[in-house]
Amino acid sequence: MTVLSKKIFPNVICTFCGSTCDDLEVTVEGEKVLSVRSGCSSSLSKYLNYRADRNLTPLVRKNGELQETSYDDAIRRSAEILANANYPLLYGWSSTSNEANRVGIELAEWVGGVIDNTTTVCHGPTLLGVHDIGEISGSLGEIVHRADLIIYWGANPVHSHPHHIMRYTSMSTGRFRLSRKDRKMIVIDVRKTDTAKLADQFIPITPNGDYELMCALRMAVRGDELEQDVISGVPAETIEELAEAMISCQFGVIFFGLGLTMTEGRHRNVDVALSLVRDLNARTKFLIIPMRGHFNVGGANEVSAWVTGYPYAVDLSQGYPRYNPGDTTAVDVLVRGDCDAALVVASDPISNFPVEASRHLVKIPVITIDPHPSATTPISEVVFPSQIVGIETGGDIVRMDGVTIMTKTIVPAPPGIHSDVEILEAILAHVKKIKMGKQ
Amino acid sequence: MSELLVRNGFVYDPQNGIEGEKADISISNGKIVESVGTGAVVIDASGMIIMPGGVDIHSHIAGSKVNAGRILRPEDHVKDVERHTAITRAGTGHSIPSTFTTGYRYAKLGYTTVFEPATPLLKTRHTHEELDDTPIVDKGCFPLFGNDWHTMEYLRQGRVEECAAYIAWMLRATKGYAIKIVNPGGVEAWRWGRYLVGLEDKVPNFDITPREIVRGICKVNQLLHLPHTIHVHTNDLAKIGNYQTTIDTMDSVRGLGGDNRPLIHITHVQFTGRTGSAWHNVGSGAPEIADYVNKHDHVTVDMGQVVFMNTTTMTADGGFQYMLYQLSGNKWFNFDVEVETGAGIVPYTYRRTNYVNAIQWGIGLELALLIKDPWRVYMTTDHPNGGDFTKYPKIISWLMSRKAREKSLARINSTARNKLDLPDLDREYSFSEIAVVTRAGTAKALGLKQKGHLGVGADADVAVYDINPTKIDPSRDFRLLRRALRKAAFTIKDGRIVVKNGEIVETPIGRTYWVDSTVSESLKSKVEADMRKTFTKYYTINMDNYAMADSELANSHRINVKAEV
Repeated sequence: MTVLSKKIFPNVICTFCGSTCDDLEVTVEGEKVLSVRSGCSSSLSKYLNYRADRNLTPLVRKNGELQETSYDDAIRRSAEILANANYPLLYGWSSTSNEANRVGIELAEWVGGVIDNTTTVCHGPTLLGVHDIGEISGSLGEIVHRADLIIYWGANPVHSHPHHIMRYTSMSTGRFRLSRKDRKMIVIDVRKTDTAKLADQFIPITPNGDYELMCALRMAVRGDELEQDVISGVPAETIEELAEAMISCQFGVIFFGLGLTMTEGRHRNVDVALSLVRDLNARTKFLIIPMRGHFNVGGANEVSAWVTGYPYAVDLSQGYPRYNPGDTTAVDVLVRGDCDAALVVASDPISNFPVEASRHLVKIPVITIDPHPSATTPISEVVFPSQIVGIETGGDIVRMDGVTIMTKTIVPAPPGIHSDVEILEAILAHVKKIKMGKQ
Repeated sequence: MSELLVRNGFVYDPQNGIEGEKADISISNGKIVESVGTGAVVIDASGMIIMPGGVDIHSHIAGSKVNAGRILRPEDHVKDVERHTAITRAGTGHSIPSTFTTGYRYAKLGYTTVFEPATPLLKTRHTHEELDDTPIVDKGCFPLFGNDWHTMEYLRQGRVEECAAYIAWMLRATKGYAIKIVNPGGVEAWRWGRYLVGLEDKVPNFDITPREIVRGICKVNQLLHLPHTIHVHTNDLAKIGNYQTTIDTMDSVRGLGGDNRPLIHITHVQFTGRTGSAWHNVGSGAPEIADYVNKHDHVTVDMGQVVFMNTTTMTADGGFQYMLYQLSGNKWFNFDVEVETGAGIVPYTYRRTNYVNAIQWGIGLELALLIKDPWRVYMTTDHPNGGDFTKYPKIISWLMSRKAREKSLARINSTARNKLDLPDLDREYSFSEIAVVTRAGTAKALGLKQKGHLGVGADADVAVYDINPTKIDPSRDFRLLRRALRKAAFTIKDGRIVVKNGEIVETPIGRTYWVDSTVSESLKSKVEADMRKTFTKYYTINMDNYAMADSELANSHRINVKAEV
């Protein structure tokens, strides 16, 4: 009998949200996580319960039922599905490592498919805005040290990124800003969120009114007069005061969330937000940073961009990368019924995608690689259990502000369960064999 | 083991004094050897030129800034695509090619080593991920110092030795090769939205001047015995009249070295070589700068040549990029990196009919033609800032052919043409001199003893170009020259044929060079203890999560040196 001893891992990088805090202290005994210090509610629940509710064996659909099978059989079956497909979709990628993304794109090249990550349903419009205007951004430490005006727009980090405010913004301690009273915090949202309750000022706006309000603000910053009394539910005087606060701060920042990207106007909202911040830099120092959600959605964009030139929605069916959001995006490919097979990695499109997209997904063979059962696993043709990045396996991930850090293994994975990288490499090797054989 | 014999070509190996003599190059186990056995694979290079593989000293090919440029500009990629094949990966160009495409395109030009010259310390893990995905070529990167709080604080307090130990730690942590300095002090000012002017302005909150930073880091560089000099992008980049800042920066380190070794490399001098007092009278400061370089041994420079095209400008000098955004109205990317540095990107079109652009084009070429010793001026475009690296053959033709220059001069802005000295310069580079400015000189400046030449023991990195120097006069037949240089007949990397007739045939993973300079144990532990305290206060990342392990690189190649401290 082996006696398990307790091990303490300091400075563990949390693989939950885009904040990727790297100060968790995790105590483990064998495969069991005993305690997590410095974690937020999200990381506590992730780390303490990581073993609950897992996929534990590869499954393959036989006679209409998902049945247990060998790892090799699942690899073979997956490779056949992908290699024989005309136009497969490879989707997910934001809750796994950069290394897995690197293999994923090579696989997409070999099978001639579309590879898209979860950006497509969250900050896709942000990237479209960046293509149009640019981006005026910085690493989170810049906010810690310098920001005296912090604006959250359509974002609720108290729930989505629980330690964001404490570690990186209003409540952090920096070189030139020592405490909360050295900073002004403003929240702009459609309802008084828990984040708004922490703010010095909360500005409620009417739903879908972001574009108009942002335009009015841009006018006010430029010194133009506002003709209307109320814009998007906000009095003109409030807008002018806000513009003045933005101009007169020493270092300001806007953090924005899906309240901006997924409401009416979408990338136009981002366009005008980026333009506003660009204009502000003629008057003072101002940055704008999107609140990226998944712990490695940033990495999915970065890897995709350095390999293909484009950050998401990359179509490789012609043999070279093609990018046309609205056409090559996962939801559109599915809604049109174009793809004839799908690989889903560390994501759950069935529960997140529009129903028309899901309707097509259930009709085609789907291969799912996921540590946990999801709404997508029961409709799959093949299911691979996999190791959890940041707990059972390591790998590089990219924080919401573009800083790459390397996660490490802290507990052993359940026996026989492979990492995303290993599974994808095995599928790729098999696909290469099939394709080379055909040639 | 695998042996190769490259037969009967005209060899240009300036480091070994070989200037176009017919000779055979023998290769065994990835190295140049005296001779090979009869079983060697023979490459017939009759009527062709043989040179060492190209060594690029300054080309932005990888890292968060380059990738931000890719994300910023889908319109740059759409018309320039590379297909996936059984051997090669898919990819896109144009001015900011994807990583695999970058490796292939360099190899096709006969280049086998490339250095990424600006990587933020905090984000260098990303740079190495991209370098790992850049096939064929050997590579390395220069981490950014000179706006980082640790360096400025150590130097302000006169603690040069501790600064050296800190920089050694950082180079080890980031797997960096040399010290890059961009707009010393000026980027910290820009992180407040402010600017410094010249070398004597104080950095806000840090009570230190750019001059003190450059001198201090130059001393550190020598204490650490790093293979390359400090690699400097000066203050006042792109400002009118900035040639004086360039000369002042060169002169600020004069006398800091004991012997005649170079002390400072000033990069992309074209961007910092302007005379004048306003946009309408901008002129070339190349004659003044060249005069200084000709009279002082402690300086090397690279051109940063402009090519007339649409490209993507990118630098750690965020303030400069904001000015370029204001001038051009094009889209603007800015990224400030906590504690350390910044970055900016602006797409830009160099137009031959634009007065200032035409002057810029002239400055680069004047520099290369007026600096007498080719071992101290290197050919770059500061890729992609002056244009992308695939335009090198065009630049070589301008250097080798007065006729090629005249062709271009006839088409540029006439006011600029009248103002430049370029029309009067009749110097034409020889093939040997081209070999110096594109490989031998750069390898020497980088301290890569096994590169840039074809002597016994050198890495078997070889380029073969289908051009016969006894039949083709590059001065007259510059178009043939360009064509031959664009697609190497053969590129050999570590003894393996990677390019044949301009096409990729094999894609090995090149090395990543980095420098480990060991300082004394006592100094090391003292500085590490200091850093543990400051790190928690300065960074949003723990010190232990910051440093990279050797095993994180796909093909790590550590160069050990012993520091003086």
